[in-house]
Amino acid sequence: MNDMTTETFSFDDVSEAKIPGIIAKYPAGRQASAVMPLLDLVQRQMARLTDHAWVPRAAMDVVADRLAMPRMRVYEVATFYTMFHLKPVQKFHLQVCTTTPCWLRGSDAVLDACRHAVATHGDMFSMEELECVGACVNAPVLVINDDYYEDLDGARTEALLEAFRRGDAPKPGSTIGRQNSAPEGGRTTLFADVTKHDTGADS
Amino acid sequence: MPKVTVDGIELEVPNGFTVLQAAEAAGKEIPRFCYHDRLSIAGNCRMCLVEIEKMPKPVASCGQPVGEGMVIFTDTEKVRQSRRNVMEFLLINHPLDCPICDQGGECDLQDEAVGYGRDHTRYHENKRAVTDKNFGPLVKTVMTRCIQCTRCVRFLSEVAGVPELGATSRGETMEITNYVERGLTSELSGNIIDLCPVGALTAKPYAFVARTWELRKTDSIDVFDAVGTNIRIDARGSEVLRVLPRINDAVNEEWLADKSRFAIDGLKRKRLDRPWIRQNGKLQPATWDAALSAVVARLNGAEPGRIGAIAGNLCDAESMMALKDLLVGLGSPNFDCRQDGAVLDAGNRALYLFNTTIEGIDEADAVLFVGVDPRREAPVLNARIRRRWVENTGFVAGLIGPYADITYGCTHLGEDGAALRALLDPAHEFTVKLAAAKKPLVIIGQQALARPDGAAVFAACWQIAEAAGALTADWQGFNVLHNAAARVGGLDLGFVPADGGKDVAGMVAGGVDVLWLLGADEIDMAALPPDVFVIYQGHHGDRGAARADIILPGAAYTEKPGTYVNTEGRMQLAQRAIFPPGEAREDWTILRAVSALVSKPLPYDDIEALRQRMGEANPVFASPDTVRRIAPQVGLTPKGDSGQLSDAKFTAAFATYYQTDPISRASPTMAKCVTDILPPAMPAPVQQAAE
Ligand code: SF4
Ligand code: FES
Ligand code: FES
Repeated sequence: MNDMTTETFSFDDVSEAKIPGIIAKYPAGRQASAVMPLLDLVQRQMARLTDHAWVPRAAMDVVADRLAMPRMRVYEVATFYTMFHLKPVQKFHLQVCTTTPCWLRGSDAVLDACRHAVATHGDMFSMEELECVGACVNAPVLVINDDYYEDLDGARTEALLEAFRRGDAPKPGSTIGRQNSAPEGGRTTLFADVTKHDTGADS
Repeated sequence: MPKVTVDGIELEVPNGFTVLQAAEAAGKEIPRFCYHDRLSIAGNCRMCLVEIEKMPKPVASCGQPVGEGMVIFTDTEKVRQSRRNVMEFLLINHPLDCPICDQGGECDLQDEAVGYGRDHTRYHENKRAVTDKNFGPLVKTVMTRCIQCTRCVRFLSEVAGVPELGATSRGETMEITNYVERGLTSELSGNIIDLCPVGALTAKPYAFVARTWELRKTDSIDVFDAVGTNIRIDARGSEVLRVLPRINDAVNEEWLADKSRFAIDGLKRKRLDRPWIRQNGKLQPATWDAALSAVVARLNGAEPGRIGAIAGNLCDAESMMALKDLLVGLGSPNFDCRQDGAVLDAGNRALYLFNTTIEGIDEADAVLFVGVDPRREAPVLNARIRRRWVENTGFVAGLIGPYADITYGCTHLGEDGAALRALLDPAHEFTVKLAAAKKPLVIIGQQALARPDGAAVFAACWQIAEAAGALTADWQGFNVLHNAAARVGGLDLGFVPADGGKDVAGMVAGGVDVLWLLGADEIDMAALPPDVFVIYQGHHGDRGAARADIILPGAAYTEKPGTYVNTEGRMQLAQRAIFPPGEAREDWTILRAVSALVSKPLPYDDIEALRQRMGEANPVFASPDTVRRIAPQVGLTPKGDSGQLSDAKFTAAFATYYQTDPISRASPTMAKCVTDILPPAMPAPVQQAAE
């Protein structure tokens, strides 16, 4: 296991302020249910304070003790979900969807662009491949930290990553101006004004 | 009571039975890996498939409750084929390294593969490999063999109450691990070796030592605590190679504590295998003749009232009987088996037994521990109390004594006499809870009784028990928990000072000129005046032997037939597994020989006659394996006065669970446990730079 660390962990004031609200969502005596939100809180605090989003083992112990649950049970949860990073990731964590729809729509080019970014700016970018992230309609999809960037190709991915590197904050969503998941180039149906639509069925 | 039909056999089974249990009741064997009747149901191995009429697919019988009129088939072609398929999947990632696996010959997977395995594999991809884990000095892991039945995980969290194992990751990468790479801290961790259906968890000290079919198996009784765990000793030639629990639902169910399982390598070290005589301040090897004549000369030369004897913690009742008879023959009233000086009244069994009995624990709904750490002093018994806590959400537990994590929710009420005195107040919060309980237990430990005000502690506990309704006609909840296997036997035999006799403290303070230590190593040797002549009879070169003037080599518990009475008063017989080493002899025969030489021959020449004598001394010894729940006698009151209770703190019975007696102190495995498991609650993790 590579995720051992001598670091000690404690929640800072920002996180601490959120904890009571999180725990209060669960019935009394069932506070262990808050384990996932708290681990997420840990990961966000790490990102906020160190630019590296991850969950150190010391933090899992802190969460376990806070929720009065066996530490082993927290290790189980933290290792089960790949969203919890057991090792530090870089400031921009690139998560490339490579499942069939994205792959058919050219995720290989996205992957290459990401690989290149990690190879040249490894102090800023880290990456991993994901299974379907549920946005196939705008494939191929790249998830950067919390945001989805869609309808990518190689060139647009490179430009996107370059923007991140410069410190810009590119707008999440489709990179070709698609509205949400509407058809490319605007809508192709539902042109009629539904407010005037006569159902014709009053029986 | 639903009626079911299993393979044409009609039977009625209790409500809530599973199909697997019903099949067993019908005498049908169902293969299983994950199911274990003392653990929760996991249903993850799928080996227990059966067919049930009107159900389209085979069903995992271990998790399927029976229904009225169910028709179950356990051995159809479809069932067999399904099990073959399950087996094929289980073997996909199993290394099939049986020739170098310690489980070989007693492996569930191996056994079932005989019935359901294919003779070749259809899987040509790479098998998955899993890195081995560090579970400490007792449990060896070969995790590639693991079939992820989670029995070990469930045992540690459900029975042992030390949830240190779990399954990390998922799917192909799932692993059974403690994640932190340090020793398991449960005193019952060895049981996961027995539970593991494959060779993933094996005994580390026993690695590559023997095959099961080479071993001679002997039924015996464990002596490392006073629970009287039923054990099987596996020996080859003149060596004890391992100890396993035997099933006895009334005592240990099927568990065994780690010390009892792993301290046995101490039996091969520091042994006294010949007599020794101290000459010019140094112990010199001697012959039996020389040693016995020296003993006899001393005994004959001493004033009878100045001869004394102390029996240790591991003694069999036979040798204590012989020693007592010898002393009485010599005219001495000075003998005592309460090495720790516990104030125990040998006159009435109700005043020194675990009266509720171990099985009786299953009815209890509250417990107060006084001066005892049940987890370390009686791990198996503690697991039984723990089960009550698990089953019963209202279960109340409180502890007075040094703080100890006893693996279940327990209020620490304080660590001194004042805390105990506070409970005498009927308005005390805990006293109220205890009184509200229907079947409360008050469990008092040896450390509570070994204090100068032990009698007062005893009386206070008695009062608390009485007030809580633990001393009524149908519930006897007052219990003394012993931690020495020999103690109850000694008390039953009246191995306590006769009229005018001196107790351990009196003898150690110089009340005798000749002191016979029968395996007594836990008294304060430094306090013994230098001119006291010490005869040490025992099996290990431990503290007693170091102080001795003459050493008579005796036999360890594995090397003699012996009788032991456990803390609940159950008398049990242990068989001899191997012979004592070198010139060492069975203990009672040594005493018999000495008695002849001092012309006070003991009236028994063989062990049957000796046992008959024991039966006459106390009928307990005539009825093996029985306990009687003692109804509290009317008007019985202990001698002490709770008003004399001092404020002194209670102390822990031993510094470490792993080293408590001559055998475990000689055991390298136990020494390793002390260094590897105990001290750092959480060792500083390995330093690693962030990647
Ligand atoms: S180690 Fe053994 S007991 Fe534990 S899950 Fe694996 S096979 Fe089962
Ligand atoms: S396949 Fe990429 S989002 Fe579904
Ligand atoms: S024994 Fe039934 S699923 Fe394992």
